[in-house]
Amino acid sequence: MEQTIVKFYQTGTFTVGNRLLAPEQRSVQANTQRSNSLNSGHRACQGCGEALGARYAIDAAMQATNGQLIAANATGCLEVFSTPYPETSWQMPWIHSLFGNTAAVATGIAAAMRVKGRSDVRVVAQGGDGGTTDIGFGCLSGMFERNDDVLYICYDNEAYMNTGVQRSSATPPAARTATTMPVGPHPGNVFGQGKNVPQIAMAHEIPYVATATVADLRDLEYKVKKAMSIHGARYIHIFVPCPLGWGAASHDTIRLARLAVESGVFPVFEAERGEVTGVVKIRRRVPIEDYLKPQRRFAHLFGKNPDLKTIARLQARADRNIRRFGLLA
Amino acid sequence: MLKQCEGSHAVAVAVAMSRPEVICAYPISPQTHIVEGLGEMVKSGALAHCEFINVESEFAALSVAIGASAAGARAYTATASQGLLFMAEAVYNASGLGLPIVMTVANRSIGAPINIWNDHTDSMSMRDAGWLQIFAETNQEALDLHIQAFRLAEELSLPVMVCMDGFILTHAYERVDIPDQAQVDRYLPPYEPRQVLDPKAPVTIGAMVGPEAFTEVRYLAHAKQMQALDLIPQIAEEFKQVFGRDSGGLIKTYRLDDAETIVIALGSVLGTIKDTVDDLRAQGIKIGVLGITSYRPFPITAIRDATANASRIVVIEKCFAVGIGGIVSRDVRSAVRNRPQPVLTVVAGLGGRAITKASLNKLLLEAIADKLELLTFLDLDWGIVNRVLDREKKQRRSGPVAEGILRDIGTVASHIA
Repeated sequence: MEQTIVKFYQTGTFTVGNRLLAPEQRSVQANTQRSNSLNSGHRACQGCGEALGARYAIDAAMQATNGQLIAANATGCLEVFSTPYPETSWQMPWIHSLFGNTAAVATGIAAAMRVKGRSDVRVVAQGGDGGTTDIGFGCLSGMFERNDDVLYICYDNEAYMNTGVQRSSATPPAARTATTMPVGPHPGNVFGQGKNVPQIAMAHEIPYVATATVADLRDLEYKVKKAMSIHGARYIHIFVPCPLGWGAASHDTIRLARLAVESGVFPVFEAERGEVTGVVKIRRRVPIEDYLKPQRRFAHLFGKNPDLKTIARLQARADRNIRRFGLLA
Repeated sequence: MLKQCEGSHAVAVAVAMSRPEVICAYPISPQTHIVEGLGEMVKSGALAHCEFINVESEFAALSVAIGASAAGARAYTATASQGLLFMAEAVYNASGLGLPIVMTVANRSIGAPINIWNDHTDSMSMRDAGWLQIFAETNQEALDLHIQAFRLAEELSLPVMVCMDGFILTHAYERVDIPDQAQVDRYLPPYEPRQVLDPKAPVTIGAMVGPEAFTEVRYLAHAKQMQALDLIPQIAEEFKQVFGRDSGGLIKTYRLDDAETIVIALGSVLGTIKDTVDDLRAQGIKIGVLGITSYRPFPITAIRDATANASRIVVIEKCFAVGIGGIVSRDVRSAVRNRPQPVLTVVAGLGGRAITKASLNKLLLEAIADKLELLTFLDLDWGIVNRVLDREKKQRRSGPVAEGILRDIGTVASHIA
């Protein structure tokens, strides 16, 4: 009988897989002793990718620092759904100052810890794509350039969701937002704009830059823990689908993140001192339509007369990522 | 120790003696010499246990101070003019969060037209931001007020802006009495925060507050400033006990006994005003001076009491609210409300225009003769103003106003054309 090599893939949060692993290899979330730093009971939407990503990221950072962690948070969904006084989901020292100054606030906290000789206390800054790639970009670049001992995490849901889904510099071309409506001869967001902050972070030659998604939470935890093992400025850009803003089903959050990776839309990699040191290969490449179709923000590309030209341009962007990062196995 | 030094140096020394733990620096004239001095002290090791951070903007400077202060460090920064405006969002945030940051504002005008020289437009733009604002008259007072500012800020858990006239004070060399470190340590205890980011006792700082409590939060900010009205004289008194000199307080008065005319002002111009008043007194004119040291909180009662017997009040201010007139004088009017005495606004010294004794003398004689308008612009050149207004009437594309003016008065711009 001919032998066939069967390859097993594990997906999702690997909770089943944890039982098969040695305790030290199990995920942070599988541990009943996890810090639950972003505790349940907050007001995030059903299926919120940011809430999921933040919970995994911060718990992993808490474990890596033995609970000696302070967070600075930008204005945005994460700030709003996790707080208003007198309630808070944060089981950790946490400060929200402004929309655009989170990296600088974190720098200040890190400076305070340094001057007080508290080298055990580490600092994480976090914000959405608006707070990171747009309004907070100056402070972020400054923090990178000074190589301050801060891990900055961007939860990228590709638009200003908290204010009602307006375009940010992380919004992809053709996407519908409240300020890039699907009307006129070129519906949705334009091509040729926006910025790739992970690559800009790499250009600062900071010790560590990584991208991750909520489709591979084990990889996300690994990257956060790795980041916390390094000192200096570090940046993790996490792809977090937004059911509300993207017009997607709540149960599709993880699936969309996976499709973004497998189509090449969102390259998952890590880099040290400006050099790419690792990529997550695409296991089963999918055409861009598979990623676009479940999202109403791209609905104007489909229907009776699909906009094949625009879809092809989006496919070309994904293909470029695949080439640039060598994403095929 | 007496020392002949630049005002900025005196302030840098005072800040260093106050044992700051985090200093953030972004260059903007005329405050640069202060942070340059501090940077050198940190780098050389003369100022130990202090992080000096060169940031990428004033917005970041104050934001770094916010983070440091919330994490329990004594934080300091300095700015001026456009820099203060650029950090405006963080200015409100620092006071809203109740963080006792001390910041020097080396007072400078606000553009456009861009102008680096002194007036009070910058700090006045932040007068309602919830910070305490204290104004130095001399370099000695600037030095002293910085030490007091840390005390004040930390006792109230509110940020304090120490305002000193750009160039006129920051770049002036004069003799100052530099205190001993031991004196400062006796006066200023280590910072004990009311709230702190600490993994041992996690707190959430800066979360949203809705309509159900926002008014109360804002009122409490006001109540704290009202407490400062008691605290400021108290810490000035303690300062006198430790350092042996008068500095700070809410207001300072000069030859007010029997004064029928009282001149009110803030900052270094008080020196020129006092000299002018001395001359007028020599002529038998009953005139005195009231300097406002604490502009926020505004010492309503102290000013009301000190001006009770005056027939008129002349407020000389280095700022104005376009479209209405005086800023300081409006506050003074609220202090002397229901009294018949007129409060006359004199806008002077904008963008560094010298306020001379000759001009002040003429102005005050007019005031005493009751010939002064309610709003006067000291030494305003009506010829220039009228030529611009004329040109604008005749020509639709009349060009940039400032260029037109300079062309008229025949300086640099006229040679370019």
